[in-house]
Amino acid sequence: MTPDYTTTARHADSRRPARRTEHFVADVSETPLQVTDRVKDEAAPLSLWGEAWKNLRKQPLFLISAFLILVVVAVSVFPGMFSQIDPTSEACQLANSDAGPAAGHPLGFTQQGCDVYARVIFGTRSSVTVGLFTTIGVLLIGGILGAVAGYYGGWIDSVLARINDIFFALPLILGAIVMMQLPMFRTNKTVWTLVLILVIFGWPQIARITRGAVIEVRNADFVTAARSLGVSKFGALMRHVMPNSLAPIIVVATISLGTFIVAESTLSFLGIGLPPSVMSWGNDIQAAQASLRSNPMPLLYPAIALSITVLSFIMLGDALRDALDPKARKR
Amino acid sequence: MRFSRTSKALGMVAIAALALTGCGASGSATGSGSTGGDTSKVILADGSEPQRPLMPADTNEVGGGKVIDMIFAGLVSYDPSGKPVNELAESIEGKDGQHFTIKVKKGQKFTNGEAITAKSFVDSWNFGAAAKNAQLSGGFFESIKGYDEASAEGSTVETMSGLKVVDDQTFTVELKQPESDWPLRLGYTAFVPVPSGALKDPKGFGEKPVGNGPYKLADGGWQHNVQIQLVPNPDYNGPRKAKNAGVTFKIYQNDDSAYQDLMSNNLDILQTIPTSALKNFKTDLGDRTINKPYAGNQTIAIPEYLPEWSGEAGKLRRQAISMAINREEITKVIFNGARQPAKDFTAPVLDGYSDSIAGAENLTFNADKAKEAWAKADAIQKWDANKTFTIAYNADKGGHKAWVEAVVNQLKNTLGIKVEGKPYATFKEARNDATAKTLTGSIRAGWQADYPSLYNFLGPIYKTGAGSNDASYANPTFDKAISDGLNAASVSDGNKAMNKAQEILLTDLPAIPLWYQVAQGGWSDKVTNVDYGWDGVPLYYNVTGK
Amino acid sequence: MSTYILKRFLQLIPVFLGATLLVYFLVFSLPGDPIVALFGDKPVNEAVAAKLRMQYHLDQPFWMQYLLYLKSIFTFDLGQDFSGRPIAAVLGEVFPVTARLAIMALIFEAFFGIVFGLIAGLRKGKLFDATVLVASLVVIGIPIFVLGFLLQFTIGVQLGWAKPTVSSAATIPDLILPAIVLGLGSFAYVLRLTRTSVIENMNADYVRTATAKGLSRFQVVRVHILRNSLIPVITFLGADLGALMGGAIVTEGIFNVPGVGNRLYRAVLSGEGPTVVSIVTVLVLIYCLSNLLVDLLYGWLDPRIRYDS
Repeated sequence: MTPDYTTTARHADSRRPARRTEHFVADVSETPLQVTDRVKDEAAPLSLWGEAWKNLRKQPLFLISAFLILVVVAVSVFPGMFSQIDPTSEACQLANSDAGPAAGHPLGFTQQGCDVYARVIFGTRSSVTVGLFTTIGVLLIGGILGAVAGYYGGWIDSVLARINDIFFALPLILGAIVMMQLPMFRTNKTVWTLVLILVIFGWPQIARITRGAVIEVRNADFVTAARSLGVSKFGALMRHVMPNSLAPIIVVATISLGTFIVAESTLSFLGIGLPPSVMSWGNDIQAAQASLRSNPMPLLYPAIALSITVLSFIMLGDALRDALDPKARKR
Repeated sequence: MRFSRTSKALGMVAIAALALTGCGASGSATGSGSTGGDTSKVILADGSEPQRPLMPADTNEVGGGKVIDMIFAGLVSYDPSGKPVNELAESIEGKDGQHFTIKVKKGQKFTNGEAITAKSFVDSWNFGAAAKNAQLSGGFFESIKGYDEASAEGSTVETMSGLKVVDDQTFTVELKQPESDWPLRLGYTAFVPVPSGALKDPKGFGEKPVGNGPYKLADGGWQHNVQIQLVPNPDYNGPRKAKNAGVTFKIYQNDDSAYQDLMSNNLDILQTIPTSALKNFKTDLGDRTINKPYAGNQTIAIPEYLPEWSGEAGKLRRQAISMAINREEITKVIFNGARQPAKDFTAPVLDGYSDSIAGAENLTFNADKAKEAWAKADAIQKWDANKTFTIAYNADKGGHKAWVEAVVNQLKNTLGIKVEGKPYATFKEARNDATAKTLTGSIRAGWQADYPSLYNFLGPIYKTGAGSNDASYANPTFDKAISDGLNAASVSDGNKAMNKAQEILLTDLPAIPLWYQVAQGGWSDKVTNVDYGWDGVPLYYNVTGK
Repeated sequence: MSTYILKRFLQLIPVFLGATLLVYFLVFSLPGDPIVALFGDKPVNEAVAAKLRMQYHLDQPFWMQYLLYLKSIFTFDLGQDFSGRPIAAVLGEVFPVTARLAIMALIFEAFFGIVFGLIAGLRKGKLFDATVLVASLVVIGIPIFVLGFLLQFTIGVQLGWAKPTVSSAATIPDLILPAIVLGLGSFAYVLRLTRTSVIENMNADYVRTATAKGLSRFQVVRVHILRNSLIPVITFLGADLGALMGGAIVTEGIFNVPGVGNRLYRAVLSGEGPTVVSIVTVLVLIYCLSNLLVDLLYGWLDPRIRYDS
């Protein structure tokens, strides 16, 4: 970013309409004269994402969510720094079963006599991995297939949408049982096994949402305008259609992130989740369900951790959507 | 003699339950003999959808078994303590334990009017055993002479040579070899007679079974996945006469939802309190609960085909594992008294049970001795420190996860080795690895008695080459001891010999006995006179309204 | 448009073949021999097992099993499940129950999701918006098997407002509580999708025009904001109908609903191939039809969207 650009940014009133026009119509050479008047010609043109970033940095919503996400990531990478007890090396003592908070054990104990706080901290990595990477996976597969299907239409749409229908109808539980016993996973079930399964069975939803959003936008005036100004079909998809279709995709993706973390718990509940030796919020929530009425705390804390994580991603999504939406900015 | 043995065991259990829970309200079952109560009440009980058509010899799981047991009556049935009492049998006589003469009571009828004769029994048993009819419980006839010919794959033999009709009311049975406890088995559902129509159209019969038991299926009574309605059979005159106006089994997908129904009086009897309610049910239900041991146990089988678990080192390691498990603590904390620490390989309600067989100390928690045994094994054959000992279980039903985790933690704490629970997604997958002998570690096992006999807990599981021998245990001395028991002149001599055989098992520990099953059930405030049988199933016929 | 619909119906044929093949393959790959499992802990009687395998074609190679299944479909006889019942009868029992449940859940999540989402969007950043966000976090962060249990316990047992489990007829009043629990997960999606769309459309030129030409606030919201915000919501709901029909294993388990999810779950666990494939095939058809309906709704909501034909 050039210093020149920073200066311009401060003149918000005069800058904003100009920037927007520049990006959503065409090159300066093709822009109506009265608009070019107000464009600072020597300013380095910002990409869509560059501009979004510039907007993001100033939003409190973004700053809070970014901070929370940083904390969550730090906990997943270095759990040992946040907990004195390492539940991976110390086995739980049944004598402590369902005991309340004690010195060094601020959140009490589970039915198996494990320290709740240490398990929440050490469970973060698996859960965040499942949530984050499954979301990235489904966004990549579902986003691309959905966008292509919705934008190009015709037989491409027919084929992709029908494949989508088939995958949508496959019962997750059937697929999960089959995949969990494949020779490569049979003796070595990790969070990545679960990520793979959830991606395979989760992409159709994002694909449908993307397809719907793209269909809504593809006939919009600015797309037609861009196409008639010579932007290639693919270029229009990437530069004009996708950015304007992102809002519903972001909403579904950020909620799905939480849904995937919870899905791991539900799969455990149905008996096909991660082995109990893998520490995760989902496994702990499932294990605590058995004593929910007598001791709800071991269930509450991982659920709170999960909710905070989801909240931070939802806020990040909101901030990102606002930053990407030129219409919302004009107020 | 048998009765006193059982009641003594029950007394001990009640004391144990009191001590475990520290709560005086437990173990108070309403006496089964008591009279009174409203006999016009239809009892709503929990059930599960039968896996197969309701054909006695084709049913081997609880959902269907419970119904079959109520709509059919065999030669004998078991009283609440597990003692056989005659139903259709006038007499069962046999001196050498190999040849039996069975007389059937006169004038007995199926609910369709067909008379029950000696031929009904012989035909039904032959049908169950013949391979061409593919009946799941056919194996129960295996002791009868001629079974092997009839049950061989592709066999066209439809009758067993050991069964002979003498006259309308009499038939004789010849076994392959002497088995003193054979008459005890005759109360199992596979041995009941079915009407001749059933043999012609087993599938159609299985939808609308016609029996001779204390109840019969109501018209259109089996609403699949929803409920099975039974109404009393007015012609039944055996010992299990219905004291209510019928029993409706509501089909539940899990015990948790059934428990919610029980609490809100939408269900009258729940056979098993779900694990999620073990800590609350005594407050929820007050004295409307039962806590009674029954003929079942849980074990961990450790296959001897795994190199670390074979030979002398394997034996020492199994002893170490056994002594590293604190059964008292787990039954108290995890099960809240719904299990009792095991002292042998059978169950305390059985005739001949003993809690002080030599070697029983191997089943008591002793961290020092466990470590010592493990070290001794290490001296013979070193345990690879990177190796993980796994305890496999099926995660689809049964709620095994919590106790497996508790055992895992205890083993880790005591022996300092790597231990993990290994969930199988389905029961099917677990059974497959067990029967194909492809287990990579131990597997949870358990046994619910088919008939009240010590042999039933030993022979089918630990005899060399036995069908349920998941541990692939093979010990000729043990086999010999078991057949001595079967050949014994009397049941009580037989029991002594069986316990002798158990001494071998308690040293070898092909499976590690964990705990005995305890029936923990509850009922609504609309019913009374609830008691459970020796097999942990409520005596539905005895339940009345309030 | 009618050629478009006809084309979509013709597409059902390859979808049907693809789906049945894929599902049959998955069931075929399920671990464990279903016949061995029928014996439980008891010794497996090989002669009986062989006979049963033959009866259910389990002794055949995969292709043969699949072709036999296809044959059974085209002769309108879907075969039998392990308890000897015709699968067609099983489908006829479970689908009506689950259809009731799924449609009720869909109505619940659509109505409350859209209304709350609309208000939250119109009052972005205000107290209502924040409250709804926290409420939806509860729904997202707590698994359905916990939420369902809690609602069942409080509403069904402690307050006694509804029966904790459905009755044998699974009537509409019985299904209200299960439908709410089933719809809760999707409710959060509908709510936030509506909210985001409303926020986007509030700034649209046509909304400003509508306000400027003097339309009442209500008119603006209903005609201009809401209608234009519905496309992502409709897309989601269309896909969700199928998911609710097939994915209700946990909810149906908690409330003991004798529906599709419960039967499918049991069939998967016991490895009953034909039952699983038949249920999933019906589900695929439902997905295709709901997707068609959604595509037709796009054109109604936004006339600029054209059908390719």
